[in-house]
Amino acid sequence: MAIDPAVVGTAQPAVTVDVEPGRLRAFAHAIGETDPVYTDLEAARTAGHPDLPVPPTFLFGLGAGDFAWLTGLGVDLRRVLHGEQHFTYHQVAHAGDTLTLTPRIVDVFSKRAGSLQFLIREIAVRRDDGSPIADLRETLIVREPAGAS
Amino acid sequence: MPAWSAIAKGDELPPLELRLTRADLVRYAGASGDFNPIHWSDRTAAAVGLPGVIAHGMLTMALAGRLVTRWVGDPAAVRSYAVRFTRPVVVPDDDAGALLELSGKVGDVREAEPDSCRVATIDITARFAGKTVLGRAAAEVVLPE
Repeated sequence: MAIDPAVVGTAQPAVTVDVEPGRLRAFAHAIGETDPVYTDLEAARTAGHPDLPVPPTFLFGLGAGDFAWLTGLGVDLRRVLHGEQHFTYHQVAHAGDTLTLTPRIVDVFSKRAGSLQFLIREIAVRRDDGSPIADLRETLIVREPAGAS
Repeated sequence: MPAWSAIAKGDELPPLELRLTRADLVRYAGASGDFNPIHWSDRTAAAVGLPGVIAHGMLTMALAGRLVTRWVGDPAAVRSYAVRFTRPVVVPDDDAGALLELSGKVGDVREAEPDSCRVATIDITARFAGKTVLGRAAAEVVLPE
């Protein structure tokens, strides 16, 4: 099913997330990170961090829940592939930070006679003191079933 | 630790070889909150025409990111990081899993603000089954003094 191009420019509801140390440790473990700076508070402080630092890709999907925004657009999650991901960092976030993510759909287009639909979203991430943490840009590709139009 | 002042275009980062198993995908699903069944269900992967259960692109990106952060030594040094996911990493349901070969090379070094710090662009190569799985993969990092 084609995504309605009218969604381009839609500002999605901002999501506020507390960066929890347990979640950071679970993430570090899941990506095989062995540097103790990501899991051990003392190691983090020795390295000059106020608390456990956030690994560069941790911010993706933060607060996205079960991708309800995609299913809300009529997208079948099983047909979604990640096409491209960009992060621009302003400062590193740490455990204990409260972050607000503000997503916006910036483009929707199709290729290969509509069999591939591209959905581009930008997400601004700010700390609760207003300071910028990062800007994300993601390209998702929805593969339409063969024969569908 | 590299001699940072001598880092120049063409320098190579220590490579990283990793094996991804289904257990790794399940662990990443839990840690990231991405429970899309194409990353754990053969039945679903087959139903939507994928060659098998595939790794989360963001897991590959995170692993390639480790290559960079362990070299530069500090996640706060990373100014940008971007990739295109050009081929899927198919992870079989066996003990060997999928072999991912990661390497990186300094593509450029330039002076930047603040304080004329030196910023290096690291071009990253990620290979699975002899083919690259990331395109235009690059990170910009502030080099230590």
